[in-house]
Amino acid sequence: MRIRTAGVVTALTLALAATGCSGGSDDPATPTSAAPAGAGGKLVIWGDDKRAAALKPFADRFGQENGVTVEVQAISKDQQTTFVTASQQGSGPDVMVGAHDWIGNLVQNGTIDPVQLTAAQQQGLAPNAVKAVTFNGQVYGVPYATENLALIRNTELAPEAPATMEDLVAQAKKLRAGKKASELLCLQVGQNGDAYHAYPLFSSAGGYLFGTAANGDYDKNDLGIAKPESIAAFQKIRALGEKGDGALKRSITVENSIATFTAGKCAYLVSGPWAVTDVKKAKIAYDISPVPGFAGAKPAQPFLGVQSFYVAAKGKNKALAQEFVTNYVTTPELAVALYQAEPRPPVLTAAYDQVKGADPDLAKFVEAGRNAVPLPAIPEMASVWDPFSKAESAVVGGADPKTALTAAAKTISGQIN
Amino acid sequence: MTALLERETAPAEAPRPGRGGLAGPLVKIALLGLVAGLAVWAAFPLIAERAWTGLAVLLAATAGLFYLYTGRRRVPAKYLVPGTLFLLVFQLFPVAYTAATAFTNFSDGHRGDKREAVVAIQTASVTRVPGSTEYALTVATTGDPATGPLTFLVTDPATRVVSAGTRDGLEELPAGDVTVNATGRVTAAAGYTLLNGGQASARSREITGLAVPTPGGAIRSQGLSRAYEGKAGRAYDAGCDCVRDTTTGRTWTADEEVGAFVAADGERLAQGWRVGVGLSNFTRLVTDAAIAGPFARTLIWNLIFALASTGGTFVLGLGCALALHSPRVRGRGLYRTLLVLPYAMPSFAMLLVWRDMFNTDFGLINNLFGLDVDWFGGAASARIAVILVQLWLGYPYMFLVATGALQAIPPELSEASRIDGASPWQSLKRVTLPLLLVALTPLLISSFAFNFNNFNAIYLTTDGAPFPADNPANGATDLLITYTYRLAFGGSGAEYGFAAAVSIFIFVIVAVISTVSFRRTRRQEEVYS
Repeated sequence: MRIRTAGVVTALTLALAATGCSGGSDDPATPTSAAPAGAGGKLVIWGDDKRAAALKPFADRFGQENGVTVEVQAISKDQQTTFVTASQQGSGPDVMVGAHDWIGNLVQNGTIDPVQLTAAQQQGLAPNAVKAVTFNGQVYGVPYATENLALIRNTELAPEAPATMEDLVAQAKKLRAGKKASELLCLQVGQNGDAYHAYPLFSSAGGYLFGTAANGDYDKNDLGIAKPESIAAFQKIRALGEKGDGALKRSITVENSIATFTAGKCAYLVSGPWAVTDVKKAKIAYDISPVPGFAGAKPAQPFLGVQSFYVAAKGKNKALAQEFVTNYVTTPELAVALYQAEPRPPVLTAAYDQVKGADPDLAKFVEAGRNAVPLPAIPEMASVWDPFSKAESAVVGGADPKTALTAAAKTISGQIN
Repeated sequence: MTALLERETAPAEAPRPGRGGLAGPLVKIALLGLVAGLAVWAAFPLIAERAWTGLAVLLAATAGLFYLYTGRRRVPAKYLVPGTLFLLVFQLFPVAYTAATAFTNFSDGHRGDKREAVVAIQTASVTRVPGSTEYALTVATTGDPATGPLTFLVTDPATRVVSAGTRDGLEELPAGDVTVNATGRVTAAAGYTLLNGGQASARSREITGLAVPTPGGAIRSQGLSRAYEGKAGRAYDAGCDCVRDTTTGRTWTADEEVGAFVAADGERLAQGWRVGVGLSNFTRLVTDAAIAGPFARTLIWNLIFALASTGGTFVLGLGCALALHSPRVRGRGLYRTLLVLPYAMPSFAMLLVWRDMFNTDFGLINNLFGLDVDWFGGAASARIAVILVQLWLGYPYMFLVATGALQAIPPELSEASRIDGASPWQSLKRVTLPLLLVALTPLLISSFAFNFNNFNAIYLTTDGAPFPADNPANGATDLLITYTYRLAFGGSGAEYGFAAAVSIFIFVIVAVISTVSFRRTRRQEEVYS
């Protein structure tokens, strides 16, 4: 008797196994069992933790106005991969919130659709942000906030904004000689480099990653990394590195760069709007100015990152998703709420005008991003980050720029083709 | 998995008091009912997806279970089948899936099938006709809101003229029949039922699918309140199995070998599909100089790393265990607790903490000892650093198992050897250690296999650093698994097909090493038992 009972209990586990078999494909049809609270169906929005929380009240209001249920789900990690994989399986959202440099990969996987904005709507948005979300001549997302690097300085240590990189290093060396700051510059490099933070210096010294194609997009066939101008640019970066001035160091990493600045150990920090919260918390007197370029060279161009709303191509409720993204996201109230969730300059001019008075940092970040170039959204950029970062790290450590960049370019072109 | 099984079967003990009574059959009926319920629950999505093979498997499995557990015989099968099913689902299925993936080009840009790629290409090519009107849209129907034929009531914002658009074309409505609000949307129209947001969104697919033909292209909806006149720039032509650009006439022909539409000059459309590529993922592993070149070096370091991690932690853990085994040590419990502490901390966090401690300028290690070592900057120092971290993280485990095994060895044995005149060292070497190793060798082998693929230990500390200036793809502390992770996912998006081929390759290496070691252990066991 007992044997049989035990056997039957294992049947339960078997049943679990059986459902496990179908686990991969039962997701797409679950809505049939989910009772629709709003008679008309459901709109699912995915965003990161902060954005999801800020979106919630607006999503609810949108739902009430349209008689539908709106669900906002927070995806805390690897949003892009999660979105692509889920879309492929048919369990993805209707609307996705994310960075604009995903566009190339999302398009090649057929996971997002172009959006059609009216001329009036486009005019209400910052032009560089619209350019960033334009790919192959199509607008793929509705941008709402931008971010770019700037120079944040401790005004007690360095009252004046440096005009050039040389100026900055000279000032910082004086501070170090006077034992007021132990580090010259807090610009994260890390053991394996950081292409995003290196790019302003790289571009100022004349280097480039990709050339520009006729339609304004980046041209994957014109890889600039091992070109003479890029090598010359890395010579200047090397001169700032560990074998030179010591302004760039591999020991300054993503984890400690902001903390070192807020501890008062360096007077200058190259970082973005995300650093301001920590700086304010540390009660440091600070000011924000553009990242300085090298003397007599081009201005330093940081990368411009644009946060956007996308319409998922495989969403179940595309019409509603389009309605939300093109007609609802473009209202100032939502942009302001998203700004309050995380203070980055809103793309919508009306919203920016509304909040800039209360937050002087915004205008300074926008000013620092005046020369910014949109992060390349072409899928080939994925191959660039890692080798380019490592070349930077090697050169900061004192390696020969030509060797490092030639090797990086070889790795990159091997992956692109 | 065994833990799961144990947990699931544990309630079986409960009905024992009712032996011979009602409880047994009742539990059985309830559980079989549950099986049936779960099967029904799993069947609906399968039917909706038209996954007939999956449905057949589900039906067969459920029927088999009922047959097996309703009868009184086949008792051995009652025990074997659950385990076998779990083995299939959690072990063999993933292995088979990985193996199958290794022969495809599954990667970013090649995820779906060809039909999906064509849809994506055509949708992505729809652009607004230059200078065309941006219409205000109201979705309406001439019949029932849920089922009636859809009509787009579009308003030209300049003239406020309303037209009704259907699959057949656009037709202007008399001004008297419609009411238009300030934004241009129709609020009432004679002969039409307007759909509210909920009703419209319930028919979302039909709305996005409706294109009202116009001379310049087609009017499509953009959301529920706007429409635009758009034109598809690219169209698929089944005749030539190619995609044609409607303005330039350029064509991209489907290439089933690579899973993409390729133009005559070699240009590919980004949206491709998944195809079988035979052995090419495996040949790439062997022939690509960038991969095969540093392979031997990485493999050797990988072996050293796994051996040093396993051996080092074992020696250290055993040493601690032996020291605390002696009854003369006071406060053994306290020491044991303290020694086990690193094991109780999450290794993820600890690895990150250790990485920061090895920082050249701000790290605890350099600051504490007054050093100026660029730990992760030199190959030798980086390798020493990661092995040190492994030692710290791993020795508590070895300490625990060695303590357990030591306590299982009867004290009479070492006593007897002492009486026979053996020194403590001889007694340890000739009696205790061999007995310990019989118990611990399988653990050492599994620990070796684990450390051989210890992705976190490298990825979260050095991430392969230092990298030689002339090769940014392969670093001095890279294990095969971190190296291939970078190859498969660090470059041009995710390459699942290639990653699967690599993991099969690594599996073969680990399997060979483990098999050889287990053979040797068995011989050793025969000697000592």
